[in-house]
Amino acid sequence: MTRFARLLAVAAGALLAFPTLAQSPRYGGELVFPVPSEPPSYDGHREETFGLIHPLAPFYNTLLRVDPNDRSGTKPYPSLAESWTVSPDGKTYTFKIRTGVKFHDGSEMTSKDVKASYDKIIFPPPGVGSTRKGQYAVVESVEAPDATTVVFKLKHPSGSFIASLLSPYNWIYKADIIAKDPHWYETHIMGTGPFIFVEHVKGSHLVGKKNPNYWDKGKPYLDGFRAIFIRDSAAQVAAIRGERAQIQFRGFTPKDRDNLKAALGDKITVQESPWDCILLVAINHKKKPFDDPRVRRALTLALDRYEGSKALSQIAIVKEVAGVQVPGTPFATPPDELAKVAGYWHDIEKSRAEARRLLKEAGVPDGFSFTFMNRGIPMPYEPLGVWMIDQWRKIGLNVTQRVIEPAAYFGALRRGEHEVAMDFQCGYIVEPDLDMYKFTSTSRNPANYGYYEDPVADKLYDEQSQATNPEERKKIIRQFEARVLGEQAHYLMTLQWHRIIPHSSRLHGWTITPSHYLNNTLDTVWLSQ
Amino acid sequence: MGYYIFKRLLAMIPTMLGVAVLIFILLRVIPGDVVEARYLTQGSAYVSQDLMNIERKKLGLDQPLWKQFTGWMAGLARLDFGLSMWTGSPITEEIRLRFVLSLQLALMASTIATSLAIPLGILAAFKQDTWVDYSIRVFSIAGLATPSFWLGSLMILGMLIIFKWVPPMVFTPLWVNPWDNLAQLIWPALAVGYRYCAVGTRMMRSTMLEVLREDYIRTARAKGLWMKLILTRHALKNAILPVLTVISTEFAFLLGGLVVTEQVFNLNGLGLLFVEGISHRDYTMIQALVLLVATTFLAVNFVVDIAYGWIDPRIRYR
Repeated sequence: MTRFARLLAVAAGALLAFPTLAQSPRYGGELVFPVPSEPPSYDGHREETFGLIHPLAPFYNTLLRVDPNDRSGTKPYPSLAESWTVSPDGKTYTFKIRTGVKFHDGSEMTSKDVKASYDKIIFPPPGVGSTRKGQYAVVESVEAPDATTVVFKLKHPSGSFIASLLSPYNWIYKADIIAKDPHWYETHIMGTGPFIFVEHVKGSHLVGKKNPNYWDKGKPYLDGFRAIFIRDSAAQVAAIRGERAQIQFRGFTPKDRDNLKAALGDKITVQESPWDCILLVAINHKKKPFDDPRVRRALTLALDRYEGSKALSQIAIVKEVAGVQVPGTPFATPPDELAKVAGYWHDIEKSRAEARRLLKEAGVPDGFSFTFMNRGIPMPYEPLGVWMIDQWRKIGLNVTQRVIEPAAYFGALRRGEHEVAMDFQCGYIVEPDLDMYKFTSTSRNPANYGYYEDPVADKLYDEQSQATNPEERKKIIRQFEARVLGEQAHYLMTLQWHRIIPHSSRLHGWTITPSHYLNNTLDTVWLSQ
Repeated sequence: MGYYIFKRLLAMIPTMLGVAVLIFILLRVIPGDVVEARYLTQGSAYVSQDLMNIERKKLGLDQPLWKQFTGWMAGLARLDFGLSMWTGSPITEEIRLRFVLSLQLALMASTIATSLAIPLGILAAFKQDTWVDYSIRVFSIAGLATPSFWLGSLMILGMLIIFKWVPPMVFTPLWVNPWDNLAQLIWPALAVGYRYCAVGTRMMRSTMLEVLREDYIRTARAKGLWMKLILTRHALKNAILPVLTVISTEFAFLLGGLVVTEQVFNLNGLGLLFVEGISHRDYTMIQALVLLVATTFLAVNFVVDIAYGWIDPRIRYR
């Protein structure tokens, strides 16, 4: 076979294996997708829900974004910033702002708008709420020395600063508008994104149309999109199955995936990924006997996470056995190393024997009873709660479940009423600073529902945060993980959520990531015939 | 009659005031508020107490309860329901959007239900203990035993499996596109109307049976009066009064109580708004909706009471 023939054969093979490579993006069409929740207001700097991101992200751009083809959802990619440099001391980040970008009202976007947007997020004026202000505590100032340059000055070097700029919420707003009324964006939509706002019928749907003057020439491919607000998961599945919608960007259950695949066959393509959401168990250190690390260790040692993963992944949106980072992402602990942490041992009999020994040593009698507080949401709180109670029973603990209505749940956690309770964490990007902050001491983190102070863990957290060398950072993260989940067992991890997106095979140009907050700009998405 | 109407209208004021006070207090008693619902439920570790204080101040939740209540009452006196604490939009606008759909659905379901329930009830009573009666009783008992949302789910599943089709997911007003409108609403109207019809049929049958045993009916039959005339002119007028009450109460319920059916068919109605309001602890929205539902019940009862006098001349009001 000649070299040319061989090349031809390889190319043909690749095209057969990846049919989308054979197609070039097609222009036109309207993407329809259900959104399980609705934006409370339109202000990304204020809100916290994917219900805002899914329908509204296409109207905006951020300074940087996550590479739309990166399945780990962690690689920075230029957006309104074309490029960036970091000073040798790691404290000054300079961004070159793209020129020729226009807001939907026709005005030019400049560094002034970027500065105003970030000032609103990091240094909000009095009376204006900024949900993510705390994530930028490292920022000393934001400056715009000229129309195409923005400079962030940091208090100290940070290993996570670039990742924090990938937040899909940090939309760039128009400076003049923010100056006149910092609340304007709560009720209005006007950005630089690939789509222009058309209408929002409250409780029903939101529509966007193609931005013909979008700065990324040739994009977007779609003529428009229609986000339909559908709360009921069965109705969302029916919308996909009845081909009234092409995708739902949050995720479906394994059963929904199987039903859709069985009903629609090749018309459905399934993308799956570990999900940057996890249910944790908050053990209230202020309640006896949970102030004793031996008791907390016993609770984690009782869980057979590996067998639990096999069984629960059939019925619930959980799968991967994980530490403090999503498996498969850059800072995640490899499985064989994680297996050394208490509660992650493969030999469950040995693990449970150790749990019983620790309980006995701590003076906890066989049949000891406590209450496990759980949130009144069926998926996946209910199956995980039932599973854990069963696991704890195997080391002689008698656990009663108390289910609290969802809206009142976190209020109850903040009041510290629980002994042991289900807690929840969901990140917009996999980043150690964001994912591990939860485990720092209560005095610096009001969402620590274990109510403990651990200066050692805090010190490790700060060290990893300031470590700019990834390998060094990994090492510190391992130490932090071993301390928080193993030695002290401040918190217990259940199983990592597993994101399942069955979508129409007509939909192309969208890649799943561990975060359901990412890749919703829709500029790369297109529909085949 | 005029005095009676005036008295009834006047009596509505303390009733509404009682409802307003009760709902205001109950909402403040249940744990959680809109700020917790907005910021604590998303799993972020960065929500500070400062942020929550700013938001509470913005919504007036930092004010003493009496001040919040008097502010709300002053707004009500001006027919101003205020802004939704969750979305910041005017409540009248939020409700108006949903009211059109809920009203149309309630009207459609009521039409389906009454147009079936009254003839079926009469027929079952007239043909008592025959196969016709048994069939109608089975039909109506099945209707009572079948939850509307379950029937709705079966309908959707059936349409998906058989026709590979689901009703439209977005509401189109009747005057914009009647076909799309009916394609969406006819199914929930049938699902809800069936249960509603079952209630009406059973009530109609039992009241009709009672009336048919009355002396004046026996007399009319003995006189050799045409049966159709006896049923429609003499029996129906007397038998329909309790049915009218049931129908009207059901109608009022349909306006705000179809929570699960609205979810199944993805209808943007008042029931769903109610549930969302509760889960978001949107005090102003729930207060407005409770008042709306209470007003509907009062208005429907009032109309029915007036209709009683019109249908049955023996009833006189003072």
